[in-house]
Parts: sequence; C-alpha cells; structure tokens
Amino acid sequence: MIELIIGKYNYWIYITLMMIGFYAMIAKGNLVKKIVGMNIFQTAVILFYISTGKVWGGTAPIIWEKAVIYDNPIPHVLMLTAIVVSVGTTAVAIAIVIRIYKEYGTIEDETILEIEREQAEESRGKRQDIEA
Amino acid sequence: MIIDFILLFFLVVSAIAAIRMKDLLSTVILLSAYSLIMAVVWTRLNAVDVAFTEASVGAGITTVLLIAALSRTRRWEGNGQREGFKSSKLFDSHSLLSFIAVLVTGAVLVYGTLDMPDYGDPDAPSHHHVAPRYIKGSLEESGVINMVTALLANYRGYDTLGETTVIFTAGTSVILLLRKKRAQ
Repeated sequence: MIELIIGKYNYWIYITLMMIGFYAMIAKGNLVKKIVGMNIFQTAVILFYISTGKVWGGTAPIIWEKAVIYDNPIPHVLMLTAIVVSVGTTAVAIAIVIRIYKEYGTIEDETILEIEREQAEESRGKRQDIEA
Repeated sequence: MIIDFILLFFLVVSAIAAIRMKDLLSTVILLSAYSLIMAVVWTRLNAVDVAFTEASVGAGITTVLLIAALSRTRRWEGNGQREGFKSSKLFDSHSLLSFIAVLVTGAVLVYGTLDMPDYGDPDAPSHHHVAPRYIKGSLEESGVINMVTALLANYRGYDTLGETTVIFTAGTSVILLLRKKRAQ
C-alpha cells in the first residue's frame, strides 16, 4: 500500500489539478474563469506528460561526460510544442470573449442566455403582431 | 523529495485560489504564480527547456493576454444589476452536479493510474522504445549538446511545422474576430 502511494502520489496530485481546472470550466459562469480553468487543465496535462519522462537519478538531457543516465527527452520535445499551442488556443478564446462582450455587454454565460431568451421572445411577439 | 511535495502543494493551493477569487485580476495574477511554480516543478523534473518556455510563454504572454482581455471587458465576476439570478437554486444544483461530474472523472483517472508504471521507474516502456536511440545518437548525428534541441529541430521538424501552422491559424482567427467592421 505504501509503495503504491509513493509510486503514484504525483499522478494523483496532477489529476487533482486537472479536476480543479475542469470544475472551473463547467461550474463557473464567468467566461474569463473558464479560460483560466482551461489553462490550469492544460498545464496539468503537460505536467503529467513530462513526469512520465523522469527516471530516478537521471540528469537533464544535455550531453555531460559525468552523466550516468539521462531523463527521456521525447516528452520534453512534445510538450514544448503543446505549450506554444496552448497559448494559441488561449488567444483565440480571449478574442471570442472580447467579441461576446461587444455583442452582449457581459461575460456571464447565464446573463447571455437570459438576453438570448428575451430577444427570442421579442422577435416572436413581433411576428405575432405582424400576423394579427 | 520534500521540496517536490511542497511545490505540488503550492500548485494545488494557487489553482484553487485562482478559481475562487471574485476579482478577475487576482485570478489572472494567481494563474501567473501557478505557471511560475509550474516552471520550477519542471526544472525539478529536469525539463529545463520546457521550464523556461513556460516561464516566458505561460507566466508571461498568457498573463498579458488575460489582462488585456480584462481591460477590454470587466474586472469583477458577476454583474451588478442581475445579481439575483446567481443566488437562485438553479445555480446551486448546477455547481453540485458539476462537482459530482468532476469527482467521477477524477476517480476514473485515478483508477487508470493504477496500471501505469511508477513515477521515475527506469523500466517504464516509454524509456525503451526510440528514446535510447536518440540519447546515444543525437550528438553524433546533429552535433548539438542539448538533446531536446536536436530532437526538436532535426528529428521532429514536422512537429514544429505543424505548430507554426496552428499559431498562424490562431493569429488569423484572432484578427478575423477582432477586426473593426468597415463603415458601409
């Protein structure tokens, strides 16, 4: 049991971080909070991936004559790309939020839904007026 | 060993604090702190290239982008005149449901880790596929001391090409979303 905890507790903390981000994405109504949650989720996934490249006693993957064993460089390379891509997704998400704010004057999703509903009812009322 | 645990603890604390703040500027600053702690964790994991990318891109550019977004929108969570809507019962059941969904997902993921190799296990399959070939051959074949650089630029150049495509697409979408409408 102790061995299991020592071997896996890192993974469990990463999962906790992922779930904090996930919770922010689905439970928070504020769109900026959702983006922050997405960022936390992304970095937690990247952390999980990087940790699979760790070897006990390994040194950084840079050639060094005293090194006995190196850490696995492949996860590092892949996650470098992932970090840059995550900035791209964040930038697009922020642009969409700014656009939504211009259109609705709010960044709370419940208020946006309310405004949508009001607009739908208004247009239905107008249509009834025309028919009458 | 102890320092790793403390750093991970701080990560969890700053993540929770970031999503609980009502002031969105505090949220953004806490996210920046979270990214910086993450960079330190990656240095501890010997992923130095990833660490400085995160420190500049994650803690730097993302923070600037988010603050720019706040200056264009609003700083506080919730909005004054429609405050009554938030405290209604619908919202409470919504956050309870999300909490259950998150808990179930987390439990499934924890169950998944039981089949994974232990943290730092040198016999893990990921260390025995192509990794030894790169570690042995990269200096001779590329002449670069840093294996991550050699891999990124020489062996996996197409990844970077794809990354550039993604960044180009993201840039184009941002321009299209935020352009001013021409007066008709």
